[in-house]
Amino acid sequence: MEITNEMRDLGDLIEKYFKNEVDPVVAEYDARGEYPEKVYNDLIEMGLNLLAVPTEHDGLMVDHKTETYIAEILGRHDCGIASAIGVNNSACSTMNFFGNDEQKKDFFGILTSGKLAGFCLTEPNAGSDSASVKTTAKLDGDEYVLNGTKCFITNGGIAGVYIVIASTDLSKGTKGLSVFYVEGNREGLIIGKHEDKMGIRLSNTTQIIFEDCRIPKDHLIGQEGKGFVYAMKTLGTSRNFVGGMAVGLAQRAIDECVEYAKSRVQFGKPIAYKQGIQFMLADMQTQTAAARELAYHAADLIDKNEDYEIYVSMSKLFASDVAMKVTTDGVQIFGGYGYMKEYPMEKMMRDAKILQIYEGTNQIQRVVISNIMLSK
Amino acid sequence: MNILVCIKQVPDTTEIKINPETNTLMREGVPSIVNTFDSYALELGVRLKEEHGGKVTVMSMGPEQAKAALKECLSVGADEAYLLSDRAFGGSDTLATSFILANFAKQLENEEGKFDLILCGKQAIDGDTGQVGPEMAEHLGIAQVTYATDIKAEGDKTLVKRENDQGYDWIEVLSPAVITVTKSDFEPRYATLKSKIAANKAEIHVLNSKSINIDVEKCGLKGSPTKVKKSYTPKKENNGIIIKEETASASVQTLMRLIADKKVI
Repeated sequence: MEITNEMRDLGDLIEKYFKNEVDPVVAEYDARGEYPEKVYNDLIEMGLNLLAVPTEHDGLMVDHKTETYIAEILGRHDCGIASAIGVNNSACSTMNFFGNDEQKKDFFGILTSGKLAGFCLTEPNAGSDSASVKTTAKLDGDEYVLNGTKCFITNGGIAGVYIVIASTDLSKGTKGLSVFYVEGNREGLIIGKHEDKMGIRLSNTTQIIFEDCRIPKDHLIGQEGKGFVYAMKTLGTSRNFVGGMAVGLAQRAIDECVEYAKSRVQFGKPIAYKQGIQFMLADMQTQTAAARELAYHAADLIDKNEDYEIYVSMSKLFASDVAMKVTTDGVQIFGGYGYMKEYPMEKMMRDAKILQIYEGTNQIQRVVISNIMLSK
Repeated sequence: MNILVCIKQVPDTTEIKINPETNTLMREGVPSIVNTFDSYALELGVRLKEEHGGKVTVMSMGPEQAKAALKECLSVGADEAYLLSDRAFGGSDTLATSFILANFAKQLENEEGKFDLILCGKQAIDGDTGQVGPEMAEHLGIAQVTYATDIKAEGDKTLVKRENDQGYDWIEVLSPAVITVTKSDFEPRYATLKSKIAANKAEIHVLNSKSINIDVEKCGLKGSPTKVKKSYTPKKENNGIIIKEETASASVQTLMRLIADKKVI
C-alpha cells in the first residue's frame, strides 16, 4: 500500500498533536475513565470530525485509504479517541448514503459548528440481534415521537447529533426499523448512565434514553422500514475504521515490545537474544503486516466501489483478532511489568478487546463473510 | 498590518546525529522542519494580523525542498509564500544571505506593498549565528529589535517585549522595523486538516537570481567573507550535577551529604 504525500501530510499533523498533547495524559485519563475534553475540542478544531463530511458541506471527505491511514495513527495512540472519531464517521456515512440535500445541510452543519456525531443502534436486548430493537418512533402529525433506551453509545452526552435506529412497526422485526437523526439538545433525549468500561476509557460511552422525544417528520432518513438495510450498509463500510485502528494498536504494541526486549536484561543479556522472544516478535509483526494489507485493500475496494463488503468484514475480523493476540503477547513479553498499570502494555490489551466486539462482533463478521461466500 | 516573516528550513535537531569523522551534521534521513524560532515569529505575525487585519507573507532561501517548510507556514496562517532558490545563492554566509533577503524584501514591496514589520527567528537552530535578522535591518537601513517575545501594535506605535538577562523591556519602535523573535509565552498553533490540504494545493512562488535582478557577486560563496576553518564538537564536560529533591531542605541535605562524601569539608 502506497502512502501518498497528501496522506502523510495529514498523518504527520495528527501524529505530532498526539505525541505532544495526548500521549502524556493518556494514562491519567484512562485511570479516571474520563474523556479528555480539551483534546476532543482541539481535535474538532483540527477538523478530525469532518473526515467524512462532503466538501460541499464544508467538510474534508477524504478517501477511505486516507481514513484508514488516519485510523491507524489514532489507534497507535489511543483507541478510545479513535473510537469516538470512528463512530462519528459511521454516522456521517449513513447521512452520505441515504440523506437528502436538506438533511445533509442540517446534519453536517452541526458537525462543522464544532460537534461530534453519535450512532444509536444497540439496546440492552438488541446487540447482534438488531431485530430486537424496541425503541419506537410513532408518527404524530408532523412529528415522530421516540421512546426507548439505547445503550453503549459512543460520544453519548457529547455528540451534537445522533443517528438513531428505531422501529416504526414492531410487528415487522428488522423490516419495521427506520433511521432518524436527532439533535443532542432535543427535549426528551436524556443522557443516561455513564458506562464504566474495561478499555477505550478515553471515549465517552453512555445510555441514551428517549422519553416522548419529538422530532420533525423530515428527520426520517430515506424510507420507513429500510432502517436495517441502511444500518448494515453503513457498518459495511465504516467498520473498516476498526481494522485500521487495530493495526495501529498492534503496531504500537510491537514497537514497545521491540524496545523493551532490547533493554530488558535477564540471564546477563537482553531478552531480545532469546529465540523464544524473537519468534514471538516475528509472528506479531507478520500478523500485523497481513492485517494492514487487508485493511488497506478493503479501503481501496470501497474507494473503487467494487465488492468490498466481504473484505471490510475480513479486515475488521482479522485485524481485531490480531490486535488482541499481539497485545496479549505484548503483555507476556513485558512479563510482570506488562501486567502493571505503570507500563503501557496492559492498557493496550484492555483496549484491544472491544475491537473484537463492537461494530459487529467477530462472530457476526464470520456470518457476514460466509453468507457472501455461500450466496454466490 | 503588512508583515513579512523570514523562515529557514532546518533539520530537526532533536533527531540529528553528528558524523564523528567529519564533524558535520548527518542530514540524511533526518526530517526537516521550520526553524523553531521562525515558527514563533510566524505565530506572532499571524496573531497581529488576526488582531489588526492585513497580510502575512513568508519568504525563505533554500533548495526546492524548502517549499515544504513554506507550505507548513501557509497551513498555520501565512497568506503568501516566496522561495528564493538559485545555485548562485549556495554557500552564502550570513552577510550574503541577509543581502539577498533584504534585496528581495525591497522588491517584494512592489508586489505586496510596504511592510510594516519584518519578523525573523532570533537564530536558526542549525547554524545558531543569530546574525541574518540584524544584518537585514542594516542592509535595509531600518530599525531593529532582537529577542522579542511579544509585539503589540497600538496606533502608529509598535511595542516590543524584549527579553534580557534580568527580565524584559517594553521597547517602542518605529515602523518599518526588523524584529527577531525568541521563544514566546504561547506555542505556535497546530494546523487544521483543512488548512493542510489547502496549503498542499497552494502555489509557492519560486524565484532565482535573474528574476530578482541581484548582483550575484555579492551572493553565495563569492559574496561570503566568512571562511569556516574547522568544525568540531565541543568536548562535553559533565562537571555539574543538579540536585532537585522534593523540598529545599531535602535538597540541602543531599548536597551536604555529597560534599561530606567527597571529604571537601
